[in-house]
This record gives sequence, structure tokens and C-alpha cells, in this order.
Amino acid sequence: MFLIKNLILFITLMANFSLANAGWLDLNMTEGVTDISQEVFGLHMLILWICVVIGVLVFGAMFWSILMHRKSKGVTPATFHESTSLEFLWTIVPFVILIGMAVPATKTLIKMYDHSDSEIHIKITGYQWLWQYEYLNTNVSFYSKLSTPYDEIYNKSTKNVNYLQEVDKELIVPVNKKIRFLLTSNDVLHAWWVPDLALKKDAIPGYINEMSVVINEPGIYRGRCAELCGRHHGFMPIVIKAVEEKEYEEWLANAEKAKTSDVAKINK
Amino acid sequence: MSSVVKDTHHDEHPSGIMRWITTTNHKDIGTLYLWFAMIMFFIGGLMALVIRSELFQPGLQFVDPQFFNSMTTMHALVMIFGVVMPAFTGLANWMIPIMIGGPDMALPRMNNWSFWIMPFAFSMLLSTLWMDGGAPAGGWTLYPPLSLQTGDAFPFLIFAIHFMGLSSIMGAINIVATILNMRAPGMTLMKMPLFVWTWLITAFLLIAVMPVLAGGVTMLLTDKFFGTSFFNAAGGGDPVMFQHIFWFFGHPEVYILILPSFGVVSAIIPTFARKPLFGYSSMVYATASIAFLSFIVWAHHMFTVGMPLAGEVFFMFATMLIAVPTGVKVFNWVTTMWKGAMTFETPMLFAIGFIVMFTIGGFSGLMLAITPADFQYHDTYFVVAHFHYVLVPGSIFAIMAACYFWLPKWTGNMYPETLGKIHFWLSTFFVNLTFFPMHFVGLAGMPRRIPDYSLQFADYNMIASIGAFGFGFAQLIFLYLIIKTIKGGSKATDQVWEGAEGLEWTLSSPPPYHSFSTPPVIK
Repeated sequence: MFLIKNLILFITLMANFSLANAGWLDLNMTEGVTDISQEVFGLHMLILWICVVIGVLVFGAMFWSILMHRKSKGVTPATFHESTSLEFLWTIVPFVILIGMAVPATKTLIKMYDHSDSEIHIKITGYQWLWQYEYLNTNVSFYSKLSTPYDEIYNKSTKNVNYLQEVDKELIVPVNKKIRFLLTSNDVLHAWWVPDLALKKDAIPGYINEMSVVINEPGIYRGRCAELCGRHHGFMPIVIKAVEEKEYEEWLANAEKAKTSDVAKINK
Repeated sequence: MSSVVKDTHHDEHPSGIMRWITTTNHKDIGTLYLWFAMIMFFIGGLMALVIRSELFQPGLQFVDPQFFNSMTTMHALVMIFGVVMPAFTGLANWMIPIMIGGPDMALPRMNNWSFWIMPFAFSMLLSTLWMDGGAPAGGWTLYPPLSLQTGDAFPFLIFAIHFMGLSSIMGAINIVATILNMRAPGMTLMKMPLFVWTWLITAFLLIAVMPVLAGGVTMLLTDKFFGTSFFNAAGGGDPVMFQHIFWFFGHPEVYILILPSFGVVSAIIPTFARKPLFGYSSMVYATASIAFLSFIVWAHHMFTVGMPLAGEVFFMFATMLIAVPTGVKVFNWVTTMWKGAMTFETPMLFAIGFIVMFTIGGFSGLMLAITPADFQYHDTYFVVAHFHYVLVPGSIFAIMAACYFWLPKWTGNMYPETLGKIHFWLSTFFVNLTFFPMHFVGLAGMPRRIPDYSLQFADYNMIASIGAFGFGFAQLIFLYLIIKTIKGGSKATDQVWEGAEGLEWTLSSPPPYHSFSTPPVIK
């Protein structure tokens, strides 16, 4: 009875998704908006398909055997139990396939580690439980934290579409420019992750980690802290707004001016 | 031939609770380990259901996020140290002396001690749930600085881990000593059943890495209470060093949790295929290769800590290499089934389920090895899906397969076959319903260890929660079935299974309290 109930529920749920908001994209890794993120997606799909093919072959052989070589069919069991050439074959073939995977993976990895010629440098510091962004070589810096109201979290009001992935102050960056992020933490470990940029790295106290990105398309990209950092680990999202270069320059100039006047006010 | 051993004065033992407290008999201790694992399985399972209840819908409904983190932490510690490890040690205790034709374990008193440490270790660990500051909530990986924010529970956690480590090391030493010294004449190493081989290799892994964990957690303890700065950046220490130490233990540990299952499956598949295991010696070498590789891949758990490029590349290649010996094992099992004459009793179903779903976990493991892609997978539900595929329909299914396989031997009674099959099919359906959708939410961007999530993850989390409750309730069938079989049932023959081969099937069912007091003749 229990099983049937669950089955019915499951089928109804499945039907709901296909009607509502499902689609292949919801089930798969995001392709992202940088050259590298698309390469990573390509790698992911390559390995996935290789695994699928191997799986079909191995499970195919197994299910064939399960169907055909069963006692109820009156078969007599064979007695063979070793073959050096077979063992050799299924050691070498996977090895060669692995090399085929390792080569493109290493190439992408080398690109990801190339931080040269970066034009914009932003320092990110993780705190329990918010992020600080500092635009190096300017006086602009600010904190960015979750802006979802508690009422939504505690189910007292309806959740908005960006529930738990909205912040009070977005990180503004330009498109088509190489941005270098320097990452550290002021308390425990955090990890700064934006899937659309294929960037994830740990923020570690006492360390400065590096990563870089060139964003191809303007837009708002949402990410989250990926390393367990305590009670509000699930509540420290990241929102990046990628804008055209001109818009970025204007924003930065204004932010610098605002900061200068703030400092002037304090000093008075 | 069944060797019926005459009762001797050795067969006398105290009755009631004292029998179990004072026992040095490998069968009694094996039973204790297995029951301990069963109890912990339900405790750890309850914790998982707390997690899945909170994640049933977006928003915070049932528990505080801090308690949620305690649940993920304790669920992992209980399931790893309290279920899978003791269950395999229990199987080892029961089966290894019989399989090698020895009278008992080599160090029976130490055997008693290694078991009886466990209930104390776990009472201590579970008691932290009621302490100020709550149970440990920094993840089972105990990464500092977060783990150092644990409240009163902290020293209890560390000492509980020390005790579990002690128990495991003593158990492992005992198993090595037994296998190397207690084999019947003629039982050469390359004649040993694979379960014995995989456990021999597992025991060496345990002896090698449990002290490393003990060292690491002791450094945490002194950082917290004695002013050292091993992992404290402000004091000149290095928080990443802990991760290296932990995963130098942690990666061999995951093979400790899976290698004995390879042994179990290698015993069951040939039995029900009525055909000898294909590639026995390559299975032994593959197990040894996996064990060796497990020591040089640890940093693949840390691809995002910011290692230099050379480090990332090395650990990526080394990790990918593990696919080779693991593949050899899977191919050997499939070839063992090929042209056999198979029947599908419950142990065989669980063993086949193991091969299929463990291989799925292996595939996602291979994907995770690809460093650039791992940056997207790391610390997401994709990883949760991966390791639950290798641990639940992997290790746990192998343990259940072993229980069904040897239960008639242990108790002398056949278990109810139809109920066993129902248990298998329900478990398989629900385990996939629980863990398969986790691949999707992980790829879509849901981090692990979060009590609440944004709306795009809602559908699959709901499915996973339904699956988890289904899987949990299905295990009550297992419990019922085992109690029922112990109490009675149709009598099992000595051979039990038509295709069964090995010394355990030459003994009566149930076997005498002391078996092989005179060594059997090995052909």
C-alpha cells in the first residue's frame, strides 16, 4: 500500500515537472557564460557520455547474461575461470580511454590557472556569514549579504523567485575584461562559487587564493558559499552583475566619489 | 561431510548477559558487532530522516540550522564508524576463522576488548546531542577552524574518535594475525577466499591510517585547549594541513568501507552462477592496487583549496588510475556470471544490485576526478549522490547480501525468501529514488550541508525525501526478517546453497560453538 501511494505521488510529481518548469537544463551542469565554463561543460558531457557507453556495454552484457544464463533455462554452467589475455585487454583499454580524458582535462586546467594579463583585481573576504568585496587600486569596498527576509525563510510569507539567492549589494564587474579574484577568509573556511563562471575556490584564513575570469555576456549570475561554514552556511549567497565596460566605469567612478565624500564627512 | 564436533568443556559458557560480556568466541563477538551495527544503522537512519524532513520543502520548518548541521555531521560519523566498519568487522569475526579453517581469532581476549570499546565510544559520541552548544556540527571531516567552534561536545567527540580508532586498530591487528597464523595446513594465501583477502588488505589499510586520524584529531584537541597553533593561521599554523592529514586517512578509509564488500560479492556471485570466480588472482592484485593507489590520491578531496597546478594534475591522474583496477573487478564479476547457470535468491539480488549501483557510483567518481569539472561538482549534491551510491547500494547492500547469504549458516534456519526479495526490491527502488535526483540538484548548483535551498531545487529534494522515508521503512522488513529467522524457520542444510563452495559450508548449520578444533583437510 505504502509503495503504491508513493508510486502515485512520484508519478504525479514527475508529471508536474514536465508540465511546469522542467527541461534538460535544470538537470544538468550549467554551461555558463565564459569560454572556460563552456569547456568545463564540454568535459563534463564528454566524460558523462563515455561513462554511459561503458555502462551500456557492461550492464548490457550483464543483463544479457541474467536473461540467458539462468538455471531455469536448463543451462549447464561453463567452467572457464581465467584468461590472461582478457585481463590484459580490460586493463589496457580503460587505461587508453583514461588518457583520452586526461589530455583535454589537463589543457582546460592549465587555462584555468593562467591569471596573467588581468585588468581588474578584486579581493573577496569570507566572513560568517557574508562576503566582503574590495576593488583593489580603488577605494571601493563593501559587504554583501543575504537580503531574503526572515519571514520568507520561516514560511510566514511567500517566497520570491530569488529566494536565498539575493543580496543587498551585488558585485559589479565588466564583461570582456579579465578579472582576477583574490580570495581569503577572516574566520572559518568558506568557498566562493558561481556556477555560471565555473569558479569555485576555498576562502581560507591565512591564505590568498587566486582565480580569474572573462565574462562574455552581461547579466546577473548567482552563486553560493560551498564550504560548510557554520549555522548560516546555507544563507550566504553571491550575486554578480556583469555590465558593459562603460557602465562599469561610470559605476566605479560614482562609487569612488561616494566613498571619498563619506570619508571626508567622517574626517570633519 | 559435516564435521560435527563433540561437545567439550570449552563449549561451556556463562549464560545470559555475562555470556556476551565475557565472550572470547569469534562467533559471539561477530554477532555482537553485527547487532551493534544494526542498532546504529537505525540511529544514523533517523538522523538522515531528520535531514530529509527539513529538506522536503524550501524554508526552515523543523529544526534549527545548527542542529541540522549536527545531524549531517553525526549521521556521517555514526554510519561510517558505527555501521559499515563494525558490520564488516562482525562479518570478518564470524567468517574469517571458519573460511581459513582456524579454530578462532588469533587474539580472542583482545577481540572482546575491541568490541566492547565501541558501545562506550558511541555512548560518548551520541551523548553530545544533549550538551551545551549541541553535538558537533562542523561536518564529519572536522575541518578547522569551524570544528574548533564546537561547544562542550568537542573533547567528547575527539575521545570518541580515539576510542573508535583504538577498536579498529585492535580489530585489524587481530585479523592480520589470524589470517597469517591460523590458516589450516594447505590453505595457502592464494587459496584463501577473496573475502579473506580483501579483509587482509583492509586490515593493513586500517593499521596504516587510523593512527594518522588519531594524530590529526589530537592536534585539533591541543589547538582548542592547550594553546597550540597547528591549524591556526593567526598563530603561524596552517588550516589546510589538517585537510591533508585528514584525507590521508580519509581516502584509504573509503576503501576500508568498500574492499570487504568486494570480497562478499566475490563469494556470492560464483555461488549463484554455479561457476568459479573469474580471474581470482587478478582480483587479488586489483584489490592490492586499489589499496596502494588509495594512499596517493587523497588531495582529490581538496581540488578547490588552491593547490599548485602540478599538484592538481598529479592527483587528477592518480585518481583516474583507480578506475583501472576497479574496472577489472567489475569485468571479472560480469564474466563470472557469463555462461553460468544463475538463480536469483536474495543474496544474489543484493550482489547484482551492488555491482550495478556501485558501478554508477564509480562512474560519478570518475567524473569527479576530472579536476576542471570537479570545480563545478565539489561540495555539491553531486558529491553526495556519488558517495551515497558507493556506500548505500554499495557497502550497505554488500553487508545485507552477506547477511542473507550466511544467515542460514549462522542460525541454522532459512530466512523467508519472498520477504527477502520484497526487501531487496523496495530498497533498490527507494535508494534510487533518494539518491539519483541528488545528481541533478548537485549539477544544477545545490551545495551540500545546507538546511534550506532556493526554489529551483525544490522538486528533486521532495522526491529524494520521499525516497529516504521509503528506504528507511523498508529496512524494518530486514530487522523483522532477521529476528524471525533467528527464532525459527525451515531448517537449513549444511550446504545451504546449491553452488556454495568453501569451508564454512562443510560445517553444520548452525556451526558448533567451536569449529575446526582439528584443522580440516584442504584439497
